[in-house]
Amino acid sequence: MEITTPGEENWDMVIEARSNLFQLRLRDVWHYRDLLVLLVRRDFVSFYKQTVLGPIWFFVQPLITTLTYTLVFGRLAGIKTDNLPAPLFYMAGIMAWNYFSECLVKTSTVFRDNAHIFGKVYFPRLIMPLSIVISNLVRFAVQALLFFGMMAFFAIKGDHFHVTAYALLFPVLVFQMALLGLGTGMIVSAMTNRYRDLALLIAFATQLLMYSTTVVYPLSKVPSSIRWLIEANPLTSSIEALRLGFLGAGTFSWGSFGIGLVVTFVLALFGIVIFNKVERNFIDTV
Amino acid sequence: MSVAIKVEHLSKAYQLGVIGTGTLSRDIERWIAKKRGKADPFLRIGEINDRTVAGGSDIVWSLRDISLEISQGEAVGIIGRNGAGKSTLLKLLSRVTAPTSGSIRIRGRIASLLEVGTGFHPELTGRENIYLNGAILGMRRKEIDRKLDEIIDFSGVEKYIDTPVKRYSSGMYVRLAFAVAAHLESEILIVDEVLAVGDAEFQKKCLGKVKEVATGGRTVLFVSHNMAAIQQLCTSVVCLKNGMVEFQGNVQDGMQVYFSSMRAGREMQEVALQKRRTGNKKAYVAGFEVKLAEEGRRLMIGVAVEASAEIEKTEIAVGINDGLGIRLITLHSRFTAQQFVLKPGTNWLVCTVENFFLRPGTYTLDVSLGSKFDTLDYLDEPLEFEVPEYSLYPTSVKPEGSQGYLMASHRWANH
Repeated sequence: MEITTPGEENWDMVIEARSNLFQLRLRDVWHYRDLLVLLVRRDFVSFYKQTVLGPIWFFVQPLITTLTYTLVFGRLAGIKTDNLPAPLFYMAGIMAWNYFSECLVKTSTVFRDNAHIFGKVYFPRLIMPLSIVISNLVRFAVQALLFFGMMAFFAIKGDHFHVTAYALLFPVLVFQMALLGLGTGMIVSAMTNRYRDLALLIAFATQLLMYSTTVVYPLSKVPSSIRWLIEANPLTSSIEALRLGFLGAGTFSWGSFGIGLVVTFVLALFGIVIFNKVERNFIDTV
Repeated sequence: MSVAIKVEHLSKAYQLGVIGTGTLSRDIERWIAKKRGKADPFLRIGEINDRTVAGGSDIVWSLRDISLEISQGEAVGIIGRNGAGKSTLLKLLSRVTAPTSGSIRIRGRIASLLEVGTGFHPELTGRENIYLNGAILGMRRKEIDRKLDEIIDFSGVEKYIDTPVKRYSSGMYVRLAFAVAAHLESEILIVDEVLAVGDAEFQKKCLGKVKEVATGGRTVLFVSHNMAAIQQLCTSVVCLKNGMVEFQGNVQDGMQVYFSSMRAGREMQEVALQKRRTGNKKAYVAGFEVKLAEEGRRLMIGVAVEASAEIEKTEIAVGINDGLGIRLITLHSRFTAQQFVLKPGTNWLVCTVENFFLRPGTYTLDVSLGSKFDTLDYLDEPLEFEVPEYSLYPTSVKPEGSQGYLMASHRWANH
């Protein structure tokens, strides 16, 4: 649905069959910013109210995962962690990965999850994926707090790591992960809307994707023959940068970081375009 | 007066059946055709939306080349049988889905109430839901702040406004939801049957609100089967039929068109000879027609009987069954002590049933035709017919679910 500015005939809105692919209607999204805030609030309040443990659950999941990874990958498999305390090393990767994958998975089912609302009332559909990304940011913040707490604990314990200037990149990294999750999620949502069977693939694919990022191993330990493959994943550079910033060890180059950013932006833009295209008619196919 | 909504050559096609899995190849085919500037190979031009006739392709035109102009300040009733394209038109107007071709031009902000309470979250309180629902409908926070008291007051649930809505009764829920929607500030309001909710008093309140909007110089589009409400609220009507505009103009004429299309909605349906039947074939059932006349007060069942010779002392029986095949009534010429003489050729045997009110829905007919000692024709497969949307009751509430298939005029009193 194309909304053009009032033309010579002074129409406020024109709805037509075809629309410009690159008309992102971001102004429309801006008008609905209050809705965005309220949706985030709704997600948080309902999550808080529905679970017995409430926000404690935010802590439990990453802690147990960290513990498991430390045991399985650290102790059993003996993967080196760039001389960092293993729990800190894994936690940094897990919180970043959790944020990205939550954004991706939730966004990829956004049409199906909201069909009842989308079928009844119009608002810029982009609001929904955006609210998912921001809602998850709250969870991410809680996990980051946990991570900082763990840093303090290991610092007092006298373990060997240090914060570097790269930590200043933190906001950029979070933004990149959000954008990446949003972009890929929207692409997937557009595809699963048409070809339902793709949805089954996503859970599997995300799992595989995790092993292609440096969540459970450092980039420095990757054999050079397949290193390009791991580096091609834009998430790799952000996780490495995160570790370098807060723990003082990680393989980071501005080059691969820049490429990662560009890839992220392209994916996000492509995601928005394809999402807007599908959004126009999806309700007919759900 | 200036034009508020201008609809030009608007069409909407729906694809029936499975979309998605398995249509990847079709998608590619369609895409190639489009790229080469050819017409969509799976779309047939000229096919109209008639659900009683299965189309050749699995594409149904829900709206077909509609053009309309609606002036500012008009209150337009949109009427038509089920499946005439009313809801599709509203969906397109409220941007829930995009048209297949054509365009809509709108002057002013548009607010649509296709359903009340969209996006209500059970865990949130009434107040929180007012904000959320209002925002979904396009209100800014400031706007809701300003109207909050008015909304709460209108809903009549002040006492529970800080209670999660999951503890609300369904009536309270709906009242709150309508209250939010009713306070949208817009130049154009689209209303779809929301009046079918809540108790009679609240319905009156809702109707009053819509009327207030309509007389306040705003444009209202109102879809309803409730003709009394249409008559009361609207300044003109649009009558849709099979996805096309059958009539646009004043209310009185529009309702005439609507009722006559409801009555003549079904022409005789032929009964295929291949249908399983038993009998001596001297005469057979060739077709039937079910008509609802005088706003449902009279039910007429016509059976077309082809006779090969003159047959005396013919009796006919028709059984009406509900959707599950359970017999509701048998209309037998023996009950009325009637016998007919069939002439060679087509005979119409018509049964008129007075004050028998079936609720809207699908029913089946069993037909049997006999002379005194012989079965002429007996259909093993029941025939289907549909009773269109109408209601006997002033509230226009219809029995549903397990509330039975029949309606009757009744009145309660406390003696």
